[in-house]
Amino acid sequence: MGFEIDDSRPIFVQIAEKIEDDIMEKRLPEEAQVPSTNQFAAFYHINPATAAKGVNLLVDQGILYKKRGIGMFVAEGARGVLMEKRKTEFYEQYVITMIREAEKLGITTDQLTDMIRSGGKR
Amino acid sequence: MINYAVEVNRLTKSFGTVTAVQDVSFKLESNKIYGFLGRNGAGKTTIMQMLTSQSFASSGEVKIFGEDPYENYNVLRQICFIKESQKYPDSFRIKDVLKVSEGIFPDWDEEYALKLIEDFQLPLNRTMKKLSRGMLSAAGIVVGLASRAPLTIFDEPYLGLDAVARGLFYDLLIEDYAMHPRTIILSTHLIDEVSKLLEHIILIDKGRLLLNEDADALRGRAYTVVGSTSSVQSFITGKEVIHLEPFVSMLSATIMGALKSEDRSLAAEMGLEISPVSLQQLVVHMTKSNLDEKVGNGR
Repeated sequence: MGFEIDDSRPIFVQIAEKIEDDIMEKRLPEEAQVPSTNQFAAFYHINPATAAKGVNLLVDQGILYKKRGIGMFVAEGARGVLMEKRKTEFYEQYVITMIREAEKLGITTDQLTDMIRSGGKR
Repeated sequence: MINYAVEVNRLTKSFGTVTAVQDVSFKLESNKIYGFLGRNGAGKTTIMQMLTSQSFASSGEVKIFGEDPYENYNVLRQICFIKESQKYPDSFRIKDVLKVSEGIFPDWDEEYALKLIEDFQLPLNRTMKKLSRGMLSAAGIVVGLASRAPLTIFDEPYLGLDAVARGLFYDLLIEDYAMHPRTIILSTHLIDEVSKLLEHIILIDKGRLLLNEDADALRGRAYTVVGSTSSVQSFITGKEVIHLEPFVSMLSATIMGALKSEDRSLAAEMGLEISPVSLQQLVVHMTKSNLDEKVGNGR
């Protein structure tokens, strides 16, 4: 995930992804406070309302929660939830694509399994 | 109930036989940053002049904070309009400009104004006549920000400002807006520079309202496919094409609509390359008039 915000995808989605990455990489451990929307706005040079929308996306999913008057925090178990979500995405984006491409090239399931095994050892 | 800072209803402005603004309606919610976009001569400035009661509508209605702004002191003092090539009397020093502004705007913050003067390195005692184009623009920006006006309008306020000073303006704007939310209209051609600051886009083309949408909803709204002419032509059948550009035996087509996963796999099978379209590219494609008709026929 790059440091820059790109202008061809909704920015609130990119903010949510950046927070997810920080949680996955343990830069934001569970129960840690997430930067405020104004801090996100200043750092990424974006509209604070857009930053708030990204944060709220994760609140809706139970990844973050709000402590009234203090700010946003990473929920307990958030990393596990994200891990499951990313596994599903991994299956859909990489595994399915790989199997389709393998079929096109006439690679059998056994050959593909062997490739994965030997690839993993490298 | 939503609080509207600006309500424009069927606004029309004609100069003789020329219709500069035609039947434009939109509402701006309080405390959002709006991007007012469009080509030169699209009618943006004319609309802003009508919002601020500097020009009269031929027909239609303008309401600012729920009231008619015409000769309405209560409403007008809540508006700060910073124009392209802002003009102050030649003999005014920057200091005098601040003094006058303090008298006009009820929410004026003198301390903040002086901090901004330092940020932009403006000479307080120099007269307008002796300021460079960039300094004049910076002085306008200082007034616009320090006015903290509930409706602040910047009409291409960056003439003569270098990239560093423009970057400073954007940073200060976001920082101060976060602390003191207010309705801001930013009219600009430098879309790439400001698009991340904008929450909502109003796009004016040939005097008409072309788009009125959330900025984030527009991102990812269009995409470009490039590949051999025949493949691209078959791929775009039944799709809304907003731009076509042939190159040798290749064709590049910009398509309006979100990229569906089946389209993505179809493009991959056909060997087409897909690239995203930025907000600025989208606006350029949508307002490039000479192509509209050609593309329309191909649909």
